[in-house]
Amino acid sequence: MASRNQLANRPAAGAFDSDASRIEVTGLTKRFLTPKGEAFTALRDVTFTVEPGQFCAVVGPTGCGKSTTLSMVSGLDKPSEGSVKVGGHEVTGITEGISFMFQQDALLPWKTVVGNVEMGPVFRGLGKREARELARDWLRRVGLAGFEDHHPHQLSGGMRKRVGMAAALINEPQILLMDEPFGALDVQTKAIMQTELLGLWEQLRPSVLFITHDLDEAVALADRVVVMTSGPGSVKAVYDVDLPRPRGPVQEIRYEPRFLEIQHQIWASLREEVERAYARTAGVNA
Amino acid sequence: MSITSAATEPVSPNPARSASDANRSATEAGRKARRRRLYLLWAARLAFAVFVIGGWQLFTSLKIVDPFFYGQPSGIWKRTLDLFEHGTEFGSFWTDIFTTLKEAVFGFGLGAAAGIVLGLALGQNRFLSEVLGPYIKIVNAIPRIVLGAIFVVAFGIGITPKVLLSAVLVFFVVFFNAFQGVREVDRNILANVKVLGASQLQVIRHVTLPSALTWIIASLHTAFGFAIVGALVGEVLGAEHGVGLVIKTAQGNLDPDGVFAGMLVISVITLIAEFVLTFVERRLLSWRPPSPSEAVAI
Repeated sequence: MASRNQLANRPAAGAFDSDASRIEVTGLTKRFLTPKGEAFTALRDVTFTVEPGQFCAVVGPTGCGKSTTLSMVSGLDKPSEGSVKVGGHEVTGITEGISFMFQQDALLPWKTVVGNVEMGPVFRGLGKREARELARDWLRRVGLAGFEDHHPHQLSGGMRKRVGMAAALINEPQILLMDEPFGALDVQTKAIMQTELLGLWEQLRPSVLFITHDLDEAVALADRVVVMTSGPGSVKAVYDVDLPRPRGPVQEIRYEPRFLEIQHQIWASLREEVERAYARTAGVNA
Repeated sequence: MSITSAATEPVSPNPARSASDANRSATEAGRKARRRRLYLLWAARLAFAVFVIGGWQLFTSLKIVDPFFYGQPSGIWKRTLDLFEHGTEFGSFWTDIFTTLKEAVFGFGLGAAAGIVLGLALGQNRFLSEVLGPYIKIVNAIPRIVLGAIFVVAFGIGITPKVLLSAVLVFFVVFFNAFQGVREVDRNILANVKVLGASQLQVIRHVTLPSALTWIIASLHTAFGFAIVGALVGEVLGAEHGVGLVIKTAQGNLDPDGVFAGMLVISVITLIAEFVLTFVERRLLSWRPPSPSEAVAI
C-alpha cells in the first residue's frame, strides 16, 4: 500500500500536462439505420471535454449511447454530425495512442497471457524479444508474475481483467477508454481492481473515459462525472468530483462524508433518467 | 457492544484433521469407479460387435440370409487376406491402396487449401461474398459427384480426374466452415487489436486465422471422408488401379465378399486418417479449455 502511495505522489508522467491527450466532444450526433430501414438517433448533440490526464466517468441509463460515444472517440465508428477531437486533431481513423478495455475481456483465447500482453508493442513494430520482456515486466506490475504461460481460460475473472489492464497500458496510452470494464466482476474483486486501476493510472496519467452503470464506481474513481439521458442520448449534467488524490483503497472512500454528498447530488440527477428509461422498457415488455 | 464484537470476531471453523485423508480416499474411490466404468464400456462395445458380426455370420450360415447377395463375415475376411496375398488381376493390392490414397490425399490437400483461402477471403469481404453468394449456393446444390463423369471424359483414366473430384467435394465442406469461422470472430477482440494498432495483415494472422481454425479443423474430419468418396467414385467410373476398381470388378464378378473387403480396407484407412487429424487438432487447438464433461463427478 505504502509503495503505491509513494508512486502516486511522484510528479506524474509527461502525458499529464501535454495537450495531446485532451478529448473534446462537440455536438456529437449519431444515427443508425434500423433493420427496418428507419433512422434511429442514438446520440444527439453531445458535448463535453476531458482535460489532459483527467479521469472522466460517464454514467447513464441502459441504452443512452455511452458505448457509441466511446467507439467514436476511438475512431472505430464515425459520427453522423459533430466532431471528436483528440489533442486538437479531428478523429478520422483509429486514434493514435489510445487503448480500450471492454466489459467482456478482449483477450485472445489462443494466445498465452504473455502473448496477449505483448500484442500492443508487437503491432507497433517493437522486436519480438523486447516486446516479450516488456510484457513480462507489465505482468509483474499487475501482480501476475508466474502466470505468463497460462491461457486465459485458466485464469479467474479478476486475473483476466489484470491481463487486460496490462495489455491496455503496455503501450503507455495517452488515452484510456473503458467500457464498463469491471461490470462482470463480483463486488470484492471489483473494488480491488478499481484500486489497482487508480494506482496504475496515477503512475501513467492518461486521460480516461470510463463508462459505467455504477454511480459509486464513477464517483470513487473519477475527477469528472458526465450524466447522460437516454433516448436519444445527450448530456444532462457534468459534475466535478473534488475528492483529494491519491484516493487510496476504493472500499474506504465510500464512507467519506464528501463522497456521500457528491454521490447524492449526482444521484438526484441520474435517478430521474434511470426511472424514465426503466419505465420505457417495462412498458414495452408489459 | 456485545453484538458488534460478535459480528467482528472471526469464527474459526472446526479444524478438519482428516481432510487430507478424506481427500485421498475419495480420489482412490473415484479412480476405482472410473476404471470399473471403462471395463464395462469396453465389454459392452465388444458385445455389440459380437452381436452384429456374429448375427450376420449365423444368419448367413443358416441360409436365412443368402450369402450370395449379402456376403459373409468369414468370407469377407478370407477374401481380404487373399487380396493382400495374391493381389488382383491388375497387380498387387498394395498398388491399388496406394493409388486411392494418393488421389484422396492430393484431392484433400487441393480442396482444403482452396476452401480455406476462398473462405477467408470471402468471409472478410462482405461485398465479394454478397456478389458470389448466390452462385456458391447454386454450385453447392448441384450433385457434384456427377462431375466425376465429366472429369473422366476430359482427363482420361489417370489419377487427375479422381484428384479433381475429391477436391471439389472437399472444397465445399471446408469453404463453408472457413467462411463461417471468419464471420464468428469476436467483435470485441477485433476492435481491441485494431485499436492496439494492428495492420490488416496482422489482424488476419493474430485473430482471424486462429479463430477460424477451430471451424476449419472441425470440417477436415468430414472432408477427408469426402476425399475418399471422391477417389472411389472416380475409380468406379474408370481407372487402371485403385480400390474403387477392385470393388467394381468384384461387383462385376458377383462377389459381394470382394466388395465388402474393399470397403473394409477403405474404412481402416479412413479411421487412421481420422486418428491423425485428431492428433493434429489436439496440437493446434491446445489452447482450448477442456470440455466440462471431462471432469467427472464422483
